[in-house]
Amino acid sequence: MNMVQADNLSFEYIRRNEEGEVESISKAIDGVSMTITKGDFVAILGHNGSGKSTLAKHINALLSPTEGTLIVDGMDTSDEANIWKVRQKAGMVFQNPDNQIIASVVEEDVAFGPENIGIPTEKILKRVTESLEAVGMTKYRHHSPNKLSGGQKQRVAIAGIMAMHPDCIVLDEPTAMLDPKGRREVIKTVRKLNKEEGITVILITHYMEEVIDADKVIVMDNGKIVMQGTPKEIFSEVEKVKGYRLDVPQVTELAYELRKEGVNIPADILSAEEFVEAL
Amino acid sequence: MIRDITIGQYYPADSVIHKLDPRVKLLATLVFIVSLFITTNYIAYVVAAIFLVTMVKLSKVPLKFILKGLKAIFMILALTVIFNLFLTQGEPLVSFWKITITKEGLRTAILMAVRLVFLIIGSSLMTLTTTPNQLTDGMEKGLSPLKKIKVPVHEIAMMMSIALRFIPILLEETDKIMKAQAARGADFDEGGIIKKAKSLIPILVPLFVSAFRRANDLAMAMEARCYYGGDGRTKMKPLKYKGKDYVAYIILAVYLAAIILIAVLL
Amino acid sequence: MIIADGVNYVYSAGTAYEKHALKDINLVINDGEFIGVIGHTGSGKSTLMQLFNGLEKATSGSIYYNGQDIYDEDFKMKELRNKVGLVFQYPEHQLFETTVLEDVKFGPRNQGLSALDVDMRAYEALKAVNFREELYDASPFELSGGQKRRAAIAGVLAMQPEVLILDEPTAGLDPKGRDHILKLLSKLHEEKGITIILVSHSMEDVAEYVDRIIALNDGSIAFDGAPKEVFTHYKELEKIGLRAPQVTYVMHALKDKGFDVDTSAITVKEAKEEILKALKKKRSGEGEL
Repeated sequence: MNMVQADNLSFEYIRRNEEGEVESISKAIDGVSMTITKGDFVAILGHNGSGKSTLAKHINALLSPTEGTLIVDGMDTSDEANIWKVRQKAGMVFQNPDNQIIASVVEEDVAFGPENIGIPTEKILKRVTESLEAVGMTKYRHHSPNKLSGGQKQRVAIAGIMAMHPDCIVLDEPTAMLDPKGRREVIKTVRKLNKEEGITVILITHYMEEVIDADKVIVMDNGKIVMQGTPKEIFSEVEKVKGYRLDVPQVTELAYELRKEGVNIPADILSAEEFVEAL
Repeated sequence: MIRDITIGQYYPADSVIHKLDPRVKLLATLVFIVSLFITTNYIAYVVAAIFLVTMVKLSKVPLKFILKGLKAIFMILALTVIFNLFLTQGEPLVSFWKITITKEGLRTAILMAVRLVFLIIGSSLMTLTTTPNQLTDGMEKGLSPLKKIKVPVHEIAMMMSIALRFIPILLEETDKIMKAQAARGADFDEGGIIKKAKSLIPILVPLFVSAFRRANDLAMAMEARCYYGGDGRTKMKPLKYKGKDYVAYIILAVYLAAIILIAVLL
Repeated sequence: MIIADGVNYVYSAGTAYEKHALKDINLVINDGEFIGVIGHTGSGKSTLMQLFNGLEKATSGSIYYNGQDIYDEDFKMKELRNKVGLVFQYPEHQLFETTVLEDVKFGPRNQGLSALDVDMRAYEALKAVNFREELYDASPFELSGGQKRRAAIAGVLAMQPEVLILDEPTAGLDPKGRDHILKLLSKLHEEKGITIILVSHSMEDVAEYVDRIIALNDGSIAFDGAPKEVFTHYKELEKIGLRAPQVTYVMHALKDKGFDVDTSAITVKEAKEEILKALKKKRSGEGEL
């Protein structure tokens, strides 16, 4: 069953000058077709400006395609009538942890989504409790978000999405502004939701270490999908990945360098353990 | 300096006043302020003082903490007293050099001082016992009848609560920008008014840019979480009157009646 | 040369929020060094950096710049800020002028230089960060993330500091933008001899570029030494929320499996050479048998 299905999706940013005439058109997404299976952990990679964020905003119906279609759980996102249902099904977490928390108390922020979609009072309380539990933030329920670390703020944001009972979470570079500890917290939380709650996760990032456990990796460049496959398939092509201005994990690069020197070692190594085994 | 202002600061404690519905407290504050201005009879002020002291006792907020709030208005208080004391015409009481203190002057000075002090204590008691969120909630619910005449009550309350969340963030950001510009040799203390005003540009421009960026991000995040205005929204903690709220309303009514009676009869 | 002698820093002393951010820091930073400062969030890195250029004042202890006590009454703090340039995190958030060039001129102009000197400094700085000339007159707000970052760094460079401190200059950039900035710093260090202090969360970046690491933990210096030396303490580093580069772990794992490798490799290149050497040795050993 497909959670997300894009068919020849394109999106153009149109810049107009002061008189309202079209000044320039840039294609942020250019004919993208792909499917994301329910329950998968999918990572989308690409350098800044590759179109990955624009694609993410389509899945949440914040943007609607200039051409082509995007179907989220059987609903066409171009159809006005579906917008709010799509947003409830596919929640979105953004990059800046400060700019997506609305309330001054953690639990009230988590309740914001359910309140918006008109969930009855008793059920909101239950959902808030469950969501905070799921991201491990129960202890901070009555705290002010201002006193939390970046990683904790992102977990609150994730709880806010979980409280809307989505099938899918789209995370648009959720770790870009965090320190390594915060990054690990967020990725661990997302992975747990994927494994234990069966939530489809679409993670947009440029940190390779967050990608190696994904079910599927999509690499974008210039608004197009240029590579697709399992992490092993993607990273075994070190040259190609680097060509798209991306990193590979250090072990993978080490294995690649050694292969070049004639050492017999597989190309698809992603962890230190695998590396040692292979050698 | 800013830290001295206790108005607007929440003081957490487990008291009956803290647990009252914010609408009760908002209305009570309003009634109390009105009661201070409808009469000049001193018996009314004795009643108001008893009422206020009782409330402070019930709130479990230390008196010292409340009085600290008065420090911020000390200058205004002193000026009011001085102006009223020396500039009111009437029957001379004391006279020395070119200054005359009249009986009327003394009366008005004391009256104004008492009014101001009571007003500050009364309103800070509300903010000390009510979280900003409860306040906005109380405002939204309390003013909801105004929706009928197209006052955007929900939107105003939402704006207030977002402002409350972002004020500390923007203050911190201002500090960061000031430091960054100081690292580039900017000097905020030197020169005359024009130079000082000019030196604010390197702070204000980035601050506005950042505020707009945050507003943009926040709007998108709110939309992504299905926010489309107040219609059809439910509440996690809807305001509901309980027994003690009705009792509080009765006490409030009795207090107001007493003040009015004193004003009319005495 | 910067010397920190018994420096302490306490936030909001006497209130409930009191925090001892720096505890008895003793440090010597020599001219021409390229230093990486690592430490988890809240370890005191940013505070220490701000002490170095006088934006914050130590609660106790002294800081000497080129032998002068910067807390001396007749010491000119403004001159210190000219000599010790500080690039804050997300420095592009402080841009304010209508054009990139004007913004870069802000620093030198504050130094009271002549218009000609200000121009020269600005051009030179923009050139040093490889800024495209056709964008000198563009509005800073129209640039890409990486370009903005470089314009902001140029704004500090234009003041021609002797020491350049950068607080996480690669935060939020993609791999290409990151490499661009790091290469640039390395070039400034080599060609202009500027002392560089780089605050970073990336062990891989630090291992690749710097020649000395200072690791902070809870306001104290936990480690101070050459990267190879500091990363041999990878187990202790993990306890304070840090770690070593991935290849260091590979080398240790190989050693545990009986490979005859030197575990001090901290970059891919070093690891590769070390492994090739070990493999050759092994093969010749087997050949002899």
